[in-house]
Amino acid sequence: MRDQSILRLQVFKWFITALLITLLARLFFIQVITGEDYAALADQNRIREISTQAVRGLIVDQAGRPLVANRTSLVITLDRKTISELPDQGADVLSRLSNLLKTNVEDLKNRITPCGATDAAPPPICWNGSPLQPVPVARDIDSTLALRIMENTLRFPGVNAEVVAERVYPAPNGANAAHLLGYIGPISSDELAAADPTSGYLRTSIVGRAGLEKQYDLLLRGTDGKKQLAVDRAGNVVGQIGENPSVPGNYLVTSLDARLQGVVERELQNAIDRARSNDFKADGGAAVVLDVTNGQVLAMASYPSYDPEIWLDGLTNKEYKALISEANGVPLLHRPTQGLYAPASTFKVVMTAAAEKAGLPLTGLYNCSPEVTISSRVFRNYESRAYGPISLARALEVSCNTVFYRIANELWVQSGKDEVRTGRDPIEKMATTFGLGKLTGIDLPSESAGRIGGREWKRQNWERNKDVWCERAKTGYPETAKRDPVWAETLRQYAVENCQDGYLFRAGDAVNISIGQGDTVVTPLQVAVAYSAIANGGTLFQPQLAKAIIDVKGNVVQKFEPKVTGKVATSPRVLSYLRESLAGTAVNGTTAWVFPGFPLDQIPIASKTGTGQVFNKQSTSWLATFAPADKPRFAVVMMVSQGGTGSGTSGPSIRKIYEAIYGVTGSTIDKSAAIFPNGKPLAKLPSVDQSGATVIIGEPALRSQR
Amino acid sequence: MSEALRDASSIWRKVSTPSGRRHYRRYDMALVLAALSLSLLGGLLVWSSTRVSAGDAGDPFFFLKRHLLNLTLGLILCLIASQVSHRLVRAYAPVLYVLSLIGLVAVLLVGTVVNGAKSWIAVAGFTVQPAEFVKVSIIVILATLLAEKRDAENQPMNLIVIISLAVAAVPVLLILLQPDLGTVLMILATLFAMLAVSGVSRWWLIGLVSTGVSAVALIVAAGVLAQYQIDRFTAFLNPDSDPLGVSYNVRQAEIAIGSGGWFGNGLFQGTQTAGQFVPEQRTDFIFSVAGEELGFFGSSIILLLMLFITWRLINIAARAEDLFGRLVAVGMAAWIAIQGFQNIGMNLELLPVTGVPLPFVSYGGSSMMALWLGIGVILNLDATKRRI
Repeated sequence: MRDQSILRLQVFKWFITALLITLLARLFFIQVITGEDYAALADQNRIREISTQAVRGLIVDQAGRPLVANRTSLVITLDRKTISELPDQGADVLSRLSNLLKTNVEDLKNRITPCGATDAAPPPICWNGSPLQPVPVARDIDSTLALRIMENTLRFPGVNAEVVAERVYPAPNGANAAHLLGYIGPISSDELAAADPTSGYLRTSIVGRAGLEKQYDLLLRGTDGKKQLAVDRAGNVVGQIGENPSVPGNYLVTSLDARLQGVVERELQNAIDRARSNDFKADGGAAVVLDVTNGQVLAMASYPSYDPEIWLDGLTNKEYKALISEANGVPLLHRPTQGLYAPASTFKVVMTAAAEKAGLPLTGLYNCSPEVTISSRVFRNYESRAYGPISLARALEVSCNTVFYRIANELWVQSGKDEVRTGRDPIEKMATTFGLGKLTGIDLPSESAGRIGGREWKRQNWERNKDVWCERAKTGYPETAKRDPVWAETLRQYAVENCQDGYLFRAGDAVNISIGQGDTVVTPLQVAVAYSAIANGGTLFQPQLAKAIIDVKGNVVQKFEPKVTGKVATSPRVLSYLRESLAGTAVNGTTAWVFPGFPLDQIPIASKTGTGQVFNKQSTSWLATFAPADKPRFAVVMMVSQGGTGSGTSGPSIRKIYEAIYGVTGSTIDKSAAIFPNGKPLAKLPSVDQSGATVIIGEPALRSQR
Repeated sequence: MSEALRDASSIWRKVSTPSGRRHYRRYDMALVLAALSLSLLGGLLVWSSTRVSAGDAGDPFFFLKRHLLNLTLGLILCLIASQVSHRLVRAYAPVLYVLSLIGLVAVLLVGTVVNGAKSWIAVAGFTVQPAEFVKVSIIVILATLLAEKRDAENQPMNLIVIISLAVAAVPVLLILLQPDLGTVLMILATLFAMLAVSGVSRWWLIGLVSTGVSAVALIVAAGVLAQYQIDRFTAFLNPDSDPLGVSYNVRQAEIAIGSGGWFGNGLFQGTQTAGQFVPEQRTDFIFSVAGEELGFFGSSIILLLMLFITWRLINIAARAEDLFGRLVAVGMAAWIAIQGFQNIGMNLELLPVTGVPLPFVSYGGSSMMALWLGIGVILNLDATKRRI
């Protein structure tokens, strides 16, 4: 008995020993043989390399006034990953947080859902950054609120408070310039994929996503630093291992003048108000001030605008809808460079040049009859006014349509009527050399090119649409016929005609172009560039907002030289003729009533009004001007869509802008009150003081904010 | 009853005897020192694994202090048990057994759920894990039963074996209800070892093994296991199935141990440990702290101490004056060795995660006190034998 028990005891002993030796062998294998692999894994666990965002450069006006500056703000971030791992998917935390932040759960949810998720709200509401990154959901919060959250980490899992640098818009002199400045936000996957590998963009980068912020992102952003941090399982930082400091971004000096920008924005608003008081809808407007000698943009306003700060803490669904709502006039649309409008009578300068080119004499007399019949269609003058035989200059001053109808018909006949199917007609060619129908190349993203509705376009348009037209010619418009059979039949007839010979460039098309109507659309900036070319003797400059890049010490990194993009295809004689004619408009033409008392003898103003007819809408109001007419420096263009007549709506506003530029009060000039006392923008660049703040030229007592 | 009284008076006499030196020499001090070393080493490891998180909560020494308190209470229990005659223990074995069963029932009624198992009772700020004390009482009651007088027979009577199985089955079923599979497996292994050493027919042993294997197959097929247990086994069989879920524990423990190399990163220098990457580290995964911070050499010391304690207990069993003493010693050896193997095996990703503590080393009062209680009983048995 004893023996068997002892035997079994021995078996047990060696069995246990074998088990423990197995463990020892396994331990040796893991630790000694494959140990290094695990050490690397442990480092991966432990070391987090985070990029430290460089301080972004300021955007300042030509005198150094900051239009975009920086400040620090306490933000609340939400970590989506932590929240999604909670048993209730974070419903509890979200509702608690929304109570604290006085927002609603739905908005919070939208904000942290990465763009591309199935239930994501459309960008820019959804989270555009890395799905692993905590999403900022509230900024500029009170520190007591932040502490309340940090004290209660158990009640607020995944919620964190941190200090971040953010953009601030000081709006000097009331200059809003929201569309020009743009905004910054987390880089999107598409942008990251498209970025140059040397750009230094990371998954977590904050980049300019519109306006100048986007255009000059690489210059403004600086170089991000890198920090190697030791972290624990929860991602809490337990120490720093290494650091590569960040390099602050450069400053962008723009050609804008904040004072002028403020004036132009207010005057555009005044023009809108004026139009509305005359029962026009005035649903949008644009104003542009260019330096005609180099294409620098001195001011550019778009109406309606918005507060650029709304981008800072991400958009709610409601905010975004407001930005793109038709009822609000689509505030997000930058009308000076993206809005397309019929140029109306402002186009007549192009017609004049085209007429001269085709051999029609500048000195001749042209019949301004109440109406003219071309190809058996009757085209009437504006309000059927008649001036009899007049010069081209007078025709421009009083904006006589019938004179230009006849010229258009003449050119149409000369260029082969509708028998020629391809190639550009003389009007289209001339318009193109004025920069119309093509991108101006301004240093802003997403510009519209517009188009000249000439022969070439007509044919191309037919190629694009003939299938639809011919189909409609057969089937008609049954859906419209239910409501309005007569209109449906009209539409069908139109489709039948277009299907058969929609490619033909008819006399009526030429007549439409001659007064800037029909298929021709332009941006207000294109009009300003074209009038600048008339003013400066025929040079087409690429409009530029950037004047220079300076570093944080004020050293010039890069100067933006004027860029010539073309020459107007007409003679100096014609341009000088145009300048003189347009100068007459303010004396005894369509804008004469605007300028009583204005010292036109010292500052002659060249101007051209336009009143564009738009199907189903009120007319587009245009006023294109430059000054001084004899030695031009500034071009000022204002447009109000559904705004009535050019002079009536924009005239008084344009006058105010010139008064501000030159320091005019009543009929006297006070240079000390002028924005540009010497009649020209600043030549020198602002400097930067030791704190990194710009020293504002002409305002020695004032310091800008960093 | 009168025998128990006599024993009680004999304890009194012993304690009051002034001849202290002879008194202590009788005990197996090597065993005590080995267990004490493990316990103190455990204290260091527990401290290392908790100083950051406990420090955040205000007291980096909190768990170290609790561990040392548990050890002190355990040593006191050990001291008391070492003075209680094994005859008294034998006499009260059924009482202990019933008390521990009451504890198990209580845990099912008022227990706290941690990690999917209802194994703890909260008492005045402490949590008690009755299953740990059951381990002692089962060993004692089984030893009592199997060592029943059987005259010249080599083997325990079949009836006794059946009763023993039934006696073990009750707590096993109760623990299965928690459910705490690791403890059940460890108890079954201990039962088997004790049966084997008690001299039962080999047919019993063969029968038990085959019953066990078919039972496991049946349990798996019938889906009696709790979801978390299935998850753990799935994760064990396929560690990459869910790197941040169930297998995360094992994976992180493995990384911690692996990164230790020959000599480890040094105490308090483990990044896996300081960063709290290994969940349940102060209890089930305490071995990973040793692996990371003390390396192969330090971790081997734990293994060798376990082996030493086991051998020592088996030696005590071999020289025991009667079958009761031998069986208690074998039971203790099986408990410590099997549970240690389970625990370290799961740390090294050799075995599925079963949530049993590493004897003496893991943080946990019930386990620590039950173990030292057991050691106390053994010391008394052995000392009694040596005295004679």
